[in-house]
Amino acid sequence: MSKASELSAVVSAGFRKRKVVNLFFIFCIGLAAGVALLALFYVFGYVVMKGFPSLNWAFFTQIPKPVGETGGGMGNALLGTAILILMSSAVGIPWGVLTGVYLSEYGRGKLGRLVRFSTDLLTSVPSIIMGLFVYVLIVIPMRRFSAVAGGVSLAFIMVPIVARTTEELLRLVPVHIREAGLALGLPRWKVILRIVLRGSMSGITTGIMLAVARVAGETAPLLFTALGNNYWHQSLDQPIASLPVQIYNYAISPFEDLHRQAWAGALVLILFVFAINLLTRIVLRPVQTAGRD
Amino acid sequence: MNLEWTPNPQIELNTWAHPVVDKKAETVAAPTQRLREVHYADRLFLWFLRAMGISVVLLLFLITAYLFQSALPTIRQFGTSFLTTSVWDPVKDVYGALPVIFGTVVSSLLGIAFATPVSLGIALFLNELAPRRVGTIVGFLVEMLAAIPSVVYGLWGIFVLAPWLQSTVEPLIGNNLGFIPLFEGPYYGVGMFAAGIILAIMVTPTISSICREVFRAIPRSQREATLALGGTRWEMMSLSVLKSSKPGIIGAVILGLGRALGETMAVTMVIGNRSEIVASLFAPSQTMSSVIANQYAEASSDVLRSALAEIGLTLFAVTLVINGVARFFVWRVTKPKGSR
Repeated sequence: MSKASELSAVVSAGFRKRKVVNLFFIFCIGLAAGVALLALFYVFGYVVMKGFPSLNWAFFTQIPKPVGETGGGMGNALLGTAILILMSSAVGIPWGVLTGVYLSEYGRGKLGRLVRFSTDLLTSVPSIIMGLFVYVLIVIPMRRFSAVAGGVSLAFIMVPIVARTTEELLRLVPVHIREAGLALGLPRWKVILRIVLRGSMSGITTGIMLAVARVAGETAPLLFTALGNNYWHQSLDQPIASLPVQIYNYAISPFEDLHRQAWAGALVLILFVFAINLLTRIVLRPVQTAGRD
Repeated sequence: MNLEWTPNPQIELNTWAHPVVDKKAETVAAPTQRLREVHYADRLFLWFLRAMGISVVLLLFLITAYLFQSALPTIRQFGTSFLTTSVWDPVKDVYGALPVIFGTVVSSLLGIAFATPVSLGIALFLNELAPRRVGTIVGFLVEMLAAIPSVVYGLWGIFVLAPWLQSTVEPLIGNNLGFIPLFEGPYYGVGMFAAGIILAIMVTPTISSICREVFRAIPRSQREATLALGGTRWEMMSLSVLKSSKPGIIGAVILGLGRALGETMAVTMVIGNRSEIVASLFAPSQTMSSVIANQYAEASSDVLRSALAEIGLTLFAVTLVINGVARFFVWRVTKPKGSR
């Protein structure tokens, strides 16, 4: 009798200890998630709080005032970023998508493995290295910083991202769909372009938009390729302003008014990036998950 | 009407990946003009795609070659002493990269040290504890942390994080633990500590999303087994989830490290940019990527430009190796069971 109660006392003491340990770690896990959310809201909240009051018509339509004067805007940087994104997309998207098609449809041999390996390595290259590379590749031969160089460096960053997304999505298309096309006597290129690729279009669009959001915020590769410009865009062989670089230059400047504009620029940039992320998740998500399950 | 089925010699289903044209069948069946056109169009298409793929390999090769070429003058001039000395003097054109290598390693390790427990917690919370809907929303928000551009983190770091560290956190630590060399010296706000925190915020989504992938690869039955034996929630997580996904977690942390090493803008903006090797975490420092970002565009001499290129080359090589190692670890856990 006493032995049994002793035993149960030991068991319940052990059980209590395990319960406490359990609660402690669950609390820690909840805390970790809380800390991450706190960081997000802290950063985002501050950008909204500081940036929103400075958003006005002039911010979107004017170019920077000379140093020391207040007012002016980031219109040139917004336009510049738009131009850079268009240029990098024009090069990076077709290149990336076709590389992805190659990897998924033909990339099973030695060459395929080599290409896949290279794409993986390219994704992990720090973006400032791309800037160094494009500086040697384009800026030195052209003898000046230019919008073209900036666009190319962003394109190089896009290619591996778009290629891997495309490959992953095309792999979800069942083989029998390809076989069905072939059985109808379609040539393989038609099967790939008209059936396989077209069927995954919404998913690929998602990948492309996320890649665009990624390069829209890239600063490091533009520092010594596109450089920056205090005036409106003139031509593609001239330095061009861009939103992230302008935010950077304003942030490290000593002027209060420029800090204010940097916050406003950061708000515009962050809203653009978040909008793309939300859009791709809400609008295009059902199609993608349907393919994945 | 001829109902007999004749196989199309051009199309063999099981050779989808490797288009093989059956030469014998061609001569026997004497393909029509149209089939021949199809055949050439497919050939052309394949070569076109192949060229795209090869160009990516070429791009990687060119990056390596160009970086090496522009780093060559310093490699010749300084040899291995470039990586082991710490003088950085643009006036005399003498360069040593040790302080920036030190800064990169320490700030990244600091970031990883902060980020790893938090990321593991998030991954466990999202995969093992949270109800599905909460998990979806929180998971999305954590991924948003990764979407915020680096320069915005830098801006926040300069105007919010650094002043807060200087006025509150660093005095608090310094007054109590100041006797440890890690926490001695004046409080600048900007410096190694600030860089570590910013890096931690930036790599947390990377580490946690890979950890989630790794946890997902563990079969449900393994979790149920622990619970059925009377294990608590935490015992289930530690015994059947964390224990068997150890290589995957290591891989995730190394991938995070790779990201932290190459991170440029945010670090450049908060680390203070001073090239010195000091024990104190509160002191300003400089990383490989931040020194390139700060000095390359306005480099006064070709030797300086070449020195920065060599730093870039080193960084490039290190990130490639680290990512290769990390991928190997993650792949060991998440690869499909059938291939074992």
